[in-house]
Amino acid sequence: MRRVLLADQLATAVLWSIAGSVILILIAIIAHFLLAALPDFTPSFLIADPSTDVIGGVGPVLWNSVYVLALTMLVTVPLGVLGAVFMAEYAGTGRLIDLIRFSQELIGSVPSIVVGLFGFAVFVAATGWGFTALAGALALTVFNLPLMTRLAEQAMRAVPDDERSASFALGATKWQTIRHVVLPIAIPGLVTGVILTAGRVFGEAAALLFTAGLATPGRLNFANLNLLDPRSPWSPFHTATTLSVYLWRINSEGTGPVVDQVANLTAAVLIVAVLIFNLGSRALGQLLQRRITGTRS
Amino acid sequence: MESDIATEMAAVRPERVVLAPGIDVARRVTGAAATVVVLLVGLLLAFIAWNGIALFRHSGVPILEVFAPVWQPDPTSGETTYGLLPFILGTLGVVSVAAALAAPLSLGLALFMAEVAPPWARRVMQPAMEVFVGIPSVVYGWLGLTVLVPFLAANGKWAGFTSGFSWFAGSLVLALMILPTVSSVAYDSFRAVPPDLRTASLALGTTRWQTIRHLLLPASGAGIVTAIVLGMMRAAGEALAVQMVIGNRPLIPRSLFQPVTTLTAQITLDMGNTVAGETWNEALWTMGLVLVTMSFAAVVLVRLLTRRAGPR
Amino acid sequence: MSYAPTIPASAESLAPTKIRVRDLRISYDTRVAVRDVNLDVPEHAVTAFIGPSGCGKSTILRCFDRMNDLIPGASVHGSIVLDGEEINAPGVQPVELRRKVGLVFQKPNPFPMSIYENVAYGPRRHGVSSRAALDEVVETSLRRAAIWDEVKDEYRRKNALSLSGGQQQRLCIARMLATGPEVILMDEPCSALDPIATLRIEQLITELKTQYTILIVTHNMQQAARVSDRTAFFTLGDDRAGYLVEEGPTRMIFTDPANRLTEDYVAGRFG
Ligand SMILES: Nc1ncnc2c1ncn2[C@@H]1O[C@H](COP(=O)(O)OP(=O)(O)O)[C@@H](O)[C@H]1O
Ligand SMILES: [Mg+2]
Repeated sequence: MRRVLLADQLATAVLWSIAGSVILILIAIIAHFLLAALPDFTPSFLIADPSTDVIGGVGPVLWNSVYVLALTMLVTVPLGVLGAVFMAEYAGTGRLIDLIRFSQELIGSVPSIVVGLFGFAVFVAATGWGFTALAGALALTVFNLPLMTRLAEQAMRAVPDDERSASFALGATKWQTIRHVVLPIAIPGLVTGVILTAGRVFGEAAALLFTAGLATPGRLNFANLNLLDPRSPWSPFHTATTLSVYLWRINSEGTGPVVDQVANLTAAVLIVAVLIFNLGSRALGQLLQRRITGTRS
Repeated sequence: MESDIATEMAAVRPERVVLAPGIDVARRVTGAAATVVVLLVGLLLAFIAWNGIALFRHSGVPILEVFAPVWQPDPTSGETTYGLLPFILGTLGVVSVAAALAAPLSLGLALFMAEVAPPWARRVMQPAMEVFVGIPSVVYGWLGLTVLVPFLAANGKWAGFTSGFSWFAGSLVLALMILPTVSSVAYDSFRAVPPDLRTASLALGTTRWQTIRHLLLPASGAGIVTAIVLGMMRAAGEALAVQMVIGNRPLIPRSLFQPVTTLTAQITLDMGNTVAGETWNEALWTMGLVLVTMSFAAVVLVRLLTRRAGPR
Repeated sequence: MSYAPTIPASAESLAPTKIRVRDLRISYDTRVAVRDVNLDVPEHAVTAFIGPSGCGKSTILRCFDRMNDLIPGASVHGSIVLDGEEINAPGVQPVELRRKVGLVFQKPNPFPMSIYENVAYGPRRHGVSSRAALDEVVETSLRRAAIWDEVKDEYRRKNALSLSGGQQQRLCIARMLATGPEVILMDEPCSALDPIATLRIEQLITELKTQYTILIVTHNMQQAARVSDRTAFFTLGDDRAGYLVEEGPTRMIFTDPANRLTEDYVAGRFG
């Protein structure tokens, strides 16, 4: 009997220490990069051009990350939310929904480097565009669409059925109910979903290597507003090395003190972005939840 | 679990009246949006398969050569051999060791979250795990390259490390990356065990650990396997982080402490150095096809496992 | 209505007292769920707990094997003495107490394993490892729970989940008996069962009381009348806390209760 109790206490201690060490590892990773980056960090790092002999900055690649992110979300969010409406409100059960779910799982399982290959074949080679922000954004859409759809579907399924019945009882059509009752209530969940998806896009690199490209980022000329000119940073057809790709590229070019420091700074920027995306999505989701339930009751 | 209930509820929900006569436009539009993913899968599969067999179809490499142990794709340096065995074994090896390293920690973490953690601890752990998943793989790779590899090179001589770039380094970085995935799936499967079974066990005078060990773990067996398979799937698909620390030698893996390579790492490295139509390039597509086949097999395996875990 | 603490049943009970409860008060967080319970539970007899839903019958029952320890926020004050020993005393291990006091739940909850493994689960955890000893305790427990004849041909292989609801409940009783308890707590053990299965369990309770001290919560007055020797009636006070109105021989509680509240409740539920 004593032995059994001892084993129980021991196991409890082991489980606590596993949890503790995982948290410590996480803190250590974050602290490692923040501390490594801190001495050389200046706000200008976020906007300046890269430079080979001094630290310079990640201005252009940060711009590209944001640009590709915006572009892919432009496709992913509407398509994902519409698809989720179907999954949550119309599909019910049956062959079609099974097929869609199976497809979502399959796409989710494809390694992102293979998505990159696919993107290269379709959006780079077949279209003749070359490496472009648009090709990168479309490649990202391939595996973000299922994620967005699933998160949006969850948000809509979480809306209580009473809300729908109440709307129908007032004579609203199905679409009116979705549009004016379900979607508004699901907003906090949708926003969380969008941000989580965005966070993942921001960190992705493998799928972008052969689609958005990994050229040396040059000076950006924001005055060039010609959307069809591949040299304009506003154009979907400009080659867009993103932050994550840039970090990988630095490593593949060999290391040295300056380069290492640029990489540490870049990694720190990526980590801070992840923290903002994750904690931000939680905070915003909760805030919206409170606003919406607050105004409704 | 929750979505299952939701699916059931959706099934019993009565058909709603459509007042507008004729075609339900909204249904069609949303249905089309939802079906895009099916088309994407088909398209992706077709492209990868078509390009993946070009090696045999177009360049006439015998299919069995793929299983040769030698990778010598460069025609300018002599006789070519497109053996993918080093990459396939490399991927399997790196992934298995990663899973073996990650599994105990992940399951411990999942048990902690499901059975032991007081509410405050769970409130801390959940966002922490999300951040863990969110950290980009290049950052993990860079960490491995600048911290782990030099550490192994400096302190691992006795174990047989030469440069630090190694199978082990790849597996360790991957283990870290899949830890949150495995633990969150395992956590779900522990939560799926009905609470009254725990109560019943405790009421028989067993301790919490006995209940975990002899009731919970056996009852969630399929779920635990699913968690590990999903983790391995994620690890097998990871490219950059592995490529940065593994040493990238197309050798049949024999020692944990030596450089090896994987399918994803090789695609990453060679894709930029080859041109379409070249046999070397076609071999990379074949690697892609192998990867997709492996991940689809894992998806089907997980489906079978979930079905087995299902009725209860 | 009077809230005076109830006077414990007089010493007219024949059997010695197994459990003695004094000034028991149980709260969930700050809310008092049950208060002022004083009760003597006689050995080798069936005591039934009756009363409206929410008056704390399950809460009290769970206290007797300290299952309340598992509910965050639950706190117990007062004294519960089992065989002369205070069960909430610092030295008492709940794990040991729970072997001595078995619990049967409202909904049958067999483990997802074979019938044999279900019954062997408790003994195994308590250190029985020899095949012969396990075989013996499994068979004895299945026999005592009156399910042996139905399962003896395939109990080693057959999954417990494939049994009918009534069989599952008797299996759960066997599983509990296998840990060698002296007291059996049953929380509405038949409420999920059909009348025939209920009858089997009731017969079983009557058989078991010769060797065990049994406490049963029931919503069913006829059941209380059929199986119990003594009955305790609880109700909710105006303060929303449950309390014991009166306790006595079942026949007395049903035909000639001392308290109006008991009379009304029994009449309302019997009628
Ligand atoms: N786990 C719990 N946490 C908080 N309150 C509880 C819990 N269990 C029961 N209660 C409360 O205690 C009171 C008594 O409940 P219970 O013992 O289940 O009554 P009964 O079994 O007589 O129907 C009820 O008001 C109930 O809401
Ligand atoms: Mg109850």
